[in-house]
Amino acid sequence: MTAPLAFDVIVLGAGPAGATCAATAAEAGRRVAVIDEQPRAGGQVWRAPMGGFPGKGDADQAAGDALRQRLAASPATGLLGHRVWSVVRTESGYRVDTLGPDGPTALEAPSLVVATGAHERVVPFPGWTTPGVIGLAAATVLLKSHGVVPGRRLVVAGCGPLLAVVAAGLVKAGAEVAAIVDIAPRSAWLSRLPAILGQPRLATRGLSWAFAVAKAGVPTLSGHGVRRVEGGEAISRVVIGPVDADGAPVEGPEQVIEADSLIVGHGLTTASEVTRLLRAEHRFDRLRGGWIPVVDGAFQTSLPGLHAIGDGAGIRGQAMASLAGEALGWHLAGRTAEAAATRARMAAATPFSDAMAGLMAQRPAQVRAIAPETVVCRCEDVTRAEIDAAVDAGATQIDQLKHFTRCGMGPCQGRSCADTVQELMAARLGTSREAVGQWTGRPPLRPVPLGEVIGAFSYVDIPIPTPAPL
Amino acid sequence: MTARRLHAAPERVAVTIDGAPAMLPAGESLATALLCEGHVLLRRSPRDGTPRGAFCFMGACQECAILVDGVVRQACLTPVTAGMAIALRGAP
Repeated sequence: MTAPLAFDVIVLGAGPAGATCAATAAEAGRRVAVIDEQPRAGGQVWRAPMGGFPGKGDADQAAGDALRQRLAASPATGLLGHRVWSVVRTESGYRVDTLGPDGPTALEAPSLVVATGAHERVVPFPGWTTPGVIGLAAATVLLKSHGVVPGRRLVVAGCGPLLAVVAAGLVKAGAEVAAIVDIAPRSAWLSRLPAILGQPRLATRGLSWAFAVAKAGVPTLSGHGVRRVEGGEAISRVVIGPVDADGAPVEGPEQVIEADSLIVGHGLTTASEVTRLLRAEHRFDRLRGGWIPVVDGAFQTSLPGLHAIGDGAGIRGQAMASLAGEALGWHLAGRTAEAAATRARMAAATPFSDAMAGLMAQRPAQVRAIAPETVVCRCEDVTRAEIDAAVDAGATQIDQLKHFTRCGMGPCQGRSCADTVQELMAARLGTSREAVGQWTGRPPLRPVPLGEVIGAFSYVDIPIPTPAPL
Repeated sequence: MTARRLHAAPERVAVTIDGAPAMLPAGESLATALLCEGHVLLRRSPRDGTPRGAFCFMGACQECAILVDGVVRQACLTPVTAGMAIALRGAP
């Protein structure tokens, strides 16, 4: 076996936060490796076009191209298309194991930057596992990166900025959007307008999305949510109904919409698997997307040399992620004046970031209204009723629930359901999210074929401990 | 679900889907290529056997884990290459 590759800094995630941090630190002289699961840098927000799609040529693509060019021109080593499956603390820092297109790679560095971004939250409803139901974030991948409209007649539902982005993107692509179903009453956007207008460039973009949708004459149902999806092997109908401002269903007429695609999402939750795996201290922050690592003024977690930035350290959006990446990059290069100046720019962007995060946050009432027969854990087909029954049978902490039901034990390792399940448990127990806790992080971080992880080795390389004396 | 490309698909290469010959655009994400060919149903859930298709398209949810050349792969993270033997697990 070869020794791990040595760096000063390893960055996990090549989105706006991670790629900016890697480029900044590398340009300032640090030896940096940056790793991402995707084949090109940019993260989800600035995802690169692939598979022959030239891209939409919009502002996001231009920003992503600029970041990709900067990273490529920097001395940072990029391990793209590499899945990180193990991260451990060592005597001198951190060791990261990846599986890339050419096999396994091991890296070591005294500093580790976790910039792993966010996962989409989809609050379950009956039928949400039906083929043809996809996330809002999934639709942005298809539209921005693959150049694909995922259906013939589509319903776009949920809440938050992504809802508007996807709806406008589909309309601009000439798709037939049967309806836009928004949980938020119209007033929710208006009440946040002052903060949004503090960022004129982004506010203008939001208005242009709304305008594109209005011009196409797409019916928009504010204060409505998806009740259920019908169809066996694939979606055929979406049933919607009125909801209150918190997303919980209220009395009112249901509407049935024929569709072959439902695109639905309810905000973002932090991807904190790596800091959780390393047992860094976390705190629950509903506005910021759930459990987030506790960090100091230099983005350092409770563990020395372990830093967390971007949406994975609390949902703040791309602008804040890029700034945090730059600030930490300067900090890791010992350039404290530049780091402080960049942090000051973050403070100015905070009101807008808070307003957007509020639109992305979990609505507890919506989760608590999930019907008993609804599958909550997709991997293991665990329903709301089974979760409640486990709590009634004595599960008081989230790991106990896993032992009782297998909820969160499947291949996604709770990425899709954790935020929902924890809220359901807290509701049933009448306790706090802190008391319920979060699942203990375990390797592997991603499912990987064992044979490929082992790689090529010789039996003589296997260390054999000295036998104990008889 | 009939997905539609907004661009001319790249050159297609020969693959097999559950043993049947098929042509998919080289370099496209396998999950997307299957969606555009009308393969919405990719597998069935292991416990209840309910139908599943790609869901997150970004490597998180594992719903698009199918067999490619005998190994479980997330279709959304796997580019199409010539000669791939694709097995949709349990789908008709």
